Amino acid sequence: MRLRLVPETTNIDFFGRARLTFGASCVAMVLSVVVWAMFGLNFGIDFQGGTTIRTQSVQSVDIGDYRAAIAPLDLGDVSITEVFDPTFGDDQNVAMIRIQAQDDQEAVTAETIAAVEAALQEVDPSITFPSVESVGPKVSGELIQTAFIAVGASLLAILFYIWLRFEWQFSVGAVVALFHDVIVTIGIFSALQIRFDLATIAAILTIIGYSINDTVVIFDRLRENLIKYRKRDLREVMNISVNETLSRTLMTSGTTLIALIALLILGGDVIRGFVFAITWGVVVGTYSSVFVAKNVVLFIGLNREDKPTDKGNQFAGIDA
Amino acid sequence: MLHIPTWKRIVIWGLVVLGLVFALPNAFYSRVETHNDAIQTIEMQGSTPELVADRAAWPDWAPATLVNLGLDLRGGAHLLAEVQVSDVYADRMDGMWPDVRDALRGARDRVGTVRRTDAEPGTLSVRISRPEGMEEALRLVRALAVPVATLTGAGASDLVVSGAGDTITVQLSEAEKVATDTRTMRQSVEIIRRRVDEVGTREPTIQRQGTDRILIQVPGIGSAAELKDLIGTTAQLTFNPVVGRTSDANTRPEPRQKVLPSLDEPGQFYIVESTPVVTGEELTDAQPAFDQNGRPAVNFRFNPSGARKFGDYTAENIGSPFAIVLDDEVISAPVIQSHIPGGSGIITGNFNIEESTNLAVLLRAGALPAEMTFLEERTIGPELGQDSIDAGRIACLVAFGAVLVFMGLSYGLFGMFANIALLLNVGLLFGLLSVIGATLTLPGIAGIVLTIGMAVDANVLIFERIREELKTAKGPARAIELGYERALSAIVDANITTFIVATILFTLGSGPVRGFSITLGLGILTSVFTAIFVTRIIIVMWFERRRPKTIEV
Repeated sequence: MRLRLVPETTNIDFFGRARLTFGASCVAMVLSVVVWAMFGLNFGIDFQGGTTIRTQSVQSVDIGDYRAAIAPLDLGDVSITEVFDPTFGDDQNVAMIRIQAQDDQEAVTAETIAAVEAALQEVDPSITFPSVESVGPKVSGELIQTAFIAVGASLLAILFYIWLRFEWQFSVGAVVALFHDVIVTIGIFSALQIRFDLATIAAILTIIGYSINDTVVIFDRLRENLIKYRKRDLREVMNISVNETLSRTLMTSGTTLIALIALLILGGDVIRGFVFAITWGVVVGTYSSVFVAKNVVLFIGLNREDKPTDKGNQFAGIDA
Repeated sequence: MLHIPTWKRIVIWGLVVLGLVFALPNAFYSRVETHNDAIQTIEMQGSTPELVADRAAWPDWAPATLVNLGLDLRGGAHLLAEVQVSDVYADRMDGMWPDVRDALRGARDRVGTVRRTDAEPGTLSVRISRPEGMEEALRLVRALAVPVATLTGAGASDLVVSGAGDTITVQLSEAEKVATDTRTMRQSVEIIRRRVDEVGTREPTIQRQGTDRILIQVPGIGSAAELKDLIGTTAQLTFNPVVGRTSDANTRPEPRQKVLPSLDEPGQFYIVESTPVVTGEELTDAQPAFDQNGRPAVNFRFNPSGARKFGDYTAENIGSPFAIVLDDEVISAPVIQSHIPGGSGIITGNFNIEESTNLAVLLRAGALPAEMTFLEERTIGPELGQDSIDAGRIACLVAFGAVLVFMGLSYGLFGMFANIALLLNVGLLFGLLSVIGATLTLPGIAGIVLTIGMAVDANVLIFERIREELKTAKGPARAIELGYERALSAIVDANITTFIVATILFTLGSGPVRGFSITLGLGILTSVFTAIFVTRIIIVMWFERRRPKTIEV
């Protein structure tokens, strides 16, 4: 008895509710942009400059005490959050302290950090500082720029490659789907105010890589079926292709999700944001390759006239 | 039909075995590390019984390259420094002044007297008393220029000399600035490396980044502040003639003089001449020592040209003080008692032993050609790194187990074949990472987990295709063959696009992001290899033995 995520043959009409699914995607994108515009992103120090100090102690964290200890240092905006994680032991009480970039300083000076550490040690003698990171405003500005370039370059490279391998309509469809994934991911990061840093950008690029993977598999089948079922309607051929590849789409998403969920729960808090982004992206990416990419291709339409019936016919007229 | 030539089989299995052999040391990480460290120590300091025992922890003939652990896994400090390359222009111009002066003095009858006037740093501005001799003066100064010593700037002169009214302005040319920057950066990297090596930590990374930045990663060091103390000091040592002493910091010095604070006596300032007699560049050695009163000091020795200048100066100025200046602070200002011909001397100050040792290290390693500012600093404690490794390891194992079970349940025997390929895939990935000396970071572990999830994709594509081909009933052998054949284009396209993204991540990313892109990219290579070649060979071998009439995928 085999485990089957979908029946052996499916005949689902993926366009039957096109308005609902495609509409939902559009709404999700608009909502994401609105949320993004309203709440902004919770930029990490990579993009905003500043210092984060991770503290660990056997005593429980009292954010009020910490704040009171740091307040006299007059460091401007200081945020303190306690970190919870299933992988922590009973004697691991962890907090993250974030200090804004100080005016006219490229990086927070060692003295400032030492002062903060000394102040906290007075509150809690057992406190240790497993990690201290500071990034100057100059670098963070450049990091944002590089991040945008990276995402843009990836989209362009993919647009070009798909165009090379398929038709231009396919590459537009694929890139619109990717764009959808990126926007919706930024939206959820904004809505939940999850820290958005360099690792998140890496995650977004991974989502792009994963989602395109899915889309390409469906397109590949579509390309094959367009030659096989020449007389049928484009919409029908698309449905056949998605149905034929559905089992694979869900199997792959399933195995990837299993691995990611293990990492999400057990991988520790340091990379949780990163793993969350990828997990979210796998779900959204799978959805978009089924419901967004080919709708766009259908919307643009495909010129099927110039397709040879089979490869031999290309040269059929040469002798005549 | 399902035939794979013998040579191909040998190549495929050969690659698998090779990969696994190189991956093997990572399974015994601490033992191999002890072994490698012991070999290095024996080379440097000779052998002791303990070191030989350590070396025996891992056989000498076995491969012993390990995947490097990134700072986030091992703990250590990370700094991104920006070198103030334009500092060097100013130094160069200061160095030019005596030459320009001498050249113009030789033609005093035509250009009159020469005087250096204040100008912005990086510019040498000289006033001549007879403006009508300007053309002659410009010719003389231009004669001092030399061609730029680079490939790109070939033919260009290193100086831009212009004259207006009675003032000559000398600057470095653009080509020379570029060449100077390159030199400055190379020197800075080299000097930082020497300083870090003197402290003797394991595998530091010191890399030039962009035009004027240096990335420094030192595993195992306590904090970024500690690292900054070591490499942040310029350690520019100069010996300047002393003009006077003052306790007023706002004293306005004469032109070409400067006011420097005293290191030991707060509130005391020395007025010294800006142009040093000798600089630390001409030191050949510096050692911690003690002075005649038994206080810590540093002994130094000049090279012949430095020794000559120092000797001449001391011979001419017996009885007057000179200042030993380190990074614009006067360490001490002894009075010259006698001519010092040998080119060696001693620096005394209010040092403790640690400070004198440190100063000797800095002087020996040489001064940084320019000052550095730090743009980014990160410290990761070793415990946090260990926690991350532990969490990553558990997550990997769980992810692995779950995927194996899932595949087994979904595809039965074929799923098991894919599972073997998956195990080999992770082995090969580690082998490849070790061979190219890649660094594993925390996001890199996430990359491996993602690879595990995605590696099965190629096999899923193939198996699903075989299932479809079986429906059209062409017999199992044909179905398997068609399955592999027809799934190939989807596999290739899908993986190439992901690989493009990994490449972009690698090119643009830094640090942890790069670590992720490496495991993702290499994971794609190994997973395509195992999925296409290894599972196929396994299935073919199974098929040849069993000759099943029907198969179930």
